[in-house]
Amino acid sequence: MGVGIEVINLNAWYGTNHTLQDINLNMPANHATALIGPSGCGKSTFVRCLNRMHETNPVGRVTGTVRIGDLDVYKDTKAVEIRRRVGMVFQRPNPFPTMSIYDNVAAGLKLNGYSNRRALDEIVERSLKNSALWDEVKDDLKKKSGASLSGGQQQRLCIARALAVDPEVLLMDEPASALDPVSTSKIEDLIFQLKSQYTIVIVTHNMQQAARVAEKTGFFLNGRMVEFDSTHKIFTNPSDKRTEDYITGRFG
Amino acid sequence: MRALTDGTVTGLAILATLIVVAPLIAIFVYLIYMGASSLNLDFFTQIPKPVGESGGGMANAIVGSAILLALASLIGVPIGIGAGIFLAEFGRGSKLANGIRFTADVLNGVPSIVMGLAAYALIVSEQKHFSAFAGGIALGFMMIPTVCRTSEEMLLMVPNVIREAALGLGVPNWRSVLSITVKTASPGIITGCMLAFARVAGETAPLIFTALGNQFWSTSLNEPIAALPLQIYVYALSPYDDWHRLAWAGSLVLIVLIVLAVSLVRFVASRGVLKGAS
Repeated sequence: MGVGIEVINLNAWYGTNHTLQDINLNMPANHATALIGPSGCGKSTFVRCLNRMHETNPVGRVTGTVRIGDLDVYKDTKAVEIRRRVGMVFQRPNPFPTMSIYDNVAAGLKLNGYSNRRALDEIVERSLKNSALWDEVKDDLKKKSGASLSGGQQQRLCIARALAVDPEVLLMDEPASALDPVSTSKIEDLIFQLKSQYTIVIVTHNMQQAARVAEKTGFFLNGRMVEFDSTHKIFTNPSDKRTEDYITGRFG
Repeated sequence: MRALTDGTVTGLAILATLIVVAPLIAIFVYLIYMGASSLNLDFFTQIPKPVGESGGGMANAIVGSAILLALASLIGVPIGIGAGIFLAEFGRGSKLANGIRFTADVLNGVPSIVMGLAAYALIVSEQKHFSAFAGGIALGFMMIPTVCRTSEEMLLMVPNVIREAALGLGVPNWRSVLSITVKTASPGIITGCMLAFARVAGETAPLIFTALGNQFWSTSLNEPIAALPLQIYVYALSPYDDWHRLAWAGSLVLIVLIVLAVSLVRFVASRGVLKGAS
C-alpha cells in the first residue's frame, strides 16, 4: 500500500546553485501527484530529493525534512533503505543492457541478496503483469535482453523493475517524454491502475498528461513551488497569476 | 559534386584500411613462407638440440611462454581492472585518482627493457638467480597500465542512467559498481586485457635479465625458464641456418598462439550474451 509524503522546508543545491527553495507540501497516499513547470524549474531535483538520489551527485546538497509514511528520509535512515521503499522511473528508459528481461525485473531483489527462485518467478510475473508488459514478453523472458525491446516496452520494463522491490511510493521523472503517443497512453493507463497500490509522484512537461492522471498538481517556477492544489483547480481556476500564465501557454 | 566528394572520402577510407591491414597480411605470409617448412611434430614436442645436431623443437619455450603469460595475467589483470574501477567509479575527480592516472600513463611509456632491469634489480639480484617468477612479474607490471586505463575508459562509457537505475533500486554503490557497471563495460574491459596480453606476449627485452631462457625442460617458477620470444631472439642471432629456420617457425607459432588465445577469450566472453544486448 502507498503512504503519504510530507515535505517541510526542503532546500537543495547543486554546488552554489540554489535549485530548490523552501518547498512545503503534502502528497496524499494512493493518489497521483503531478509536478509541472518549465525546464530547469527544479521539479526533477525535487523528486530526486524524495529518494535521496540528489546526493549521489558530488555537488548535490539538501536540507529540510521529508517524511514518507513513518520514515524520516534525511534522519536516522540509510539511503539504500529509502530507495527500496521509494521506486523511481527515469526520463530515458534505462534497462540494464547486459541482462535478460527476467533479470532486469529481478535485479533489485537479486542484487540485494534475495535468491528464492520460485518466489522470484512469481514476483517477476506479477510485476510484468502490473506494468502491462507480460503478454508481450512472456515467451522470451530469459532469451532476450532488456535492451532489445522498443522504447515504450523498455519503459514499462523499468516500471516492472521498480515495482518488483515492492515500494510504497513510485517516483516518475517525465516517464513518457521519450515515447511515442501510443506508448505514452499505455504508460498513462498504467499510472491510473497503479494508484490503487502506490503513491505516485510524476514530473511532466505535458499538461494534458498531468490533467489526465493526477488528482493533485504542483506548479514549480525558478526553484519555488508557486501553487499546489487539486488538479482540477490548478487547470480551471488557479489562484496565482503565474500558474495561469503558464498553463495558458504564455511562457514556458 | 557531392557524389564526387562522397566517392573521394569513401575511397580514402578504404585506402587507409588497406594500408592498416597490408603489413599484417605481409608479415603473416612471409612468416608462413619462411617458417612453415620447419614446422613438424618435433617442433611442438622436442626441446632444442645441442649445437651441431639437427632437428629439435621449441616445446619448452611454448610451455614457458604459457607459464610466464599466465603469471603475468594473474598479476596484471586483477590489479589493472581494480585500479581502473577505482579511477572511474570511486575516485573520480580526486587528487589520488589523478595521481594514479598520471603514474599509469608514465608506466605505460616506460621502455620494456627498463621494466626488465627493474625486475632484475628488485627480484633477481635479491634472490641471486634468474627465475620464471621474475619474468612473469616484469610482464605483469607491463600489463597493468594498459588494463587499468582501458578499463577506466570503458567504465566511463557506461551511461550514468544505468548507475542511477541500480542505485534507485536501493542497491548499495559497491554492489552496483561490481554487478552492473563493470558487467556492462565487460566486453571493452576484456578487449583491453587482450591488448595488454598480446603486447607482452611478444616481449623479449624484459625477459632477458629475468626469465633468462633455458635450453632444457623447466616448469619451475624458481628457475630460469624458456620463452618463445627469447628463443627466437637467440636463434635468429645465431650463425646456423637450421636455427634461423627454427626462429622463423617460432615467430609463426608465437603469432598464431596469440591470435588463438585472443579469439578463445573473445569466444568464451561472447557466450551468454543475449539477443539485442550491445
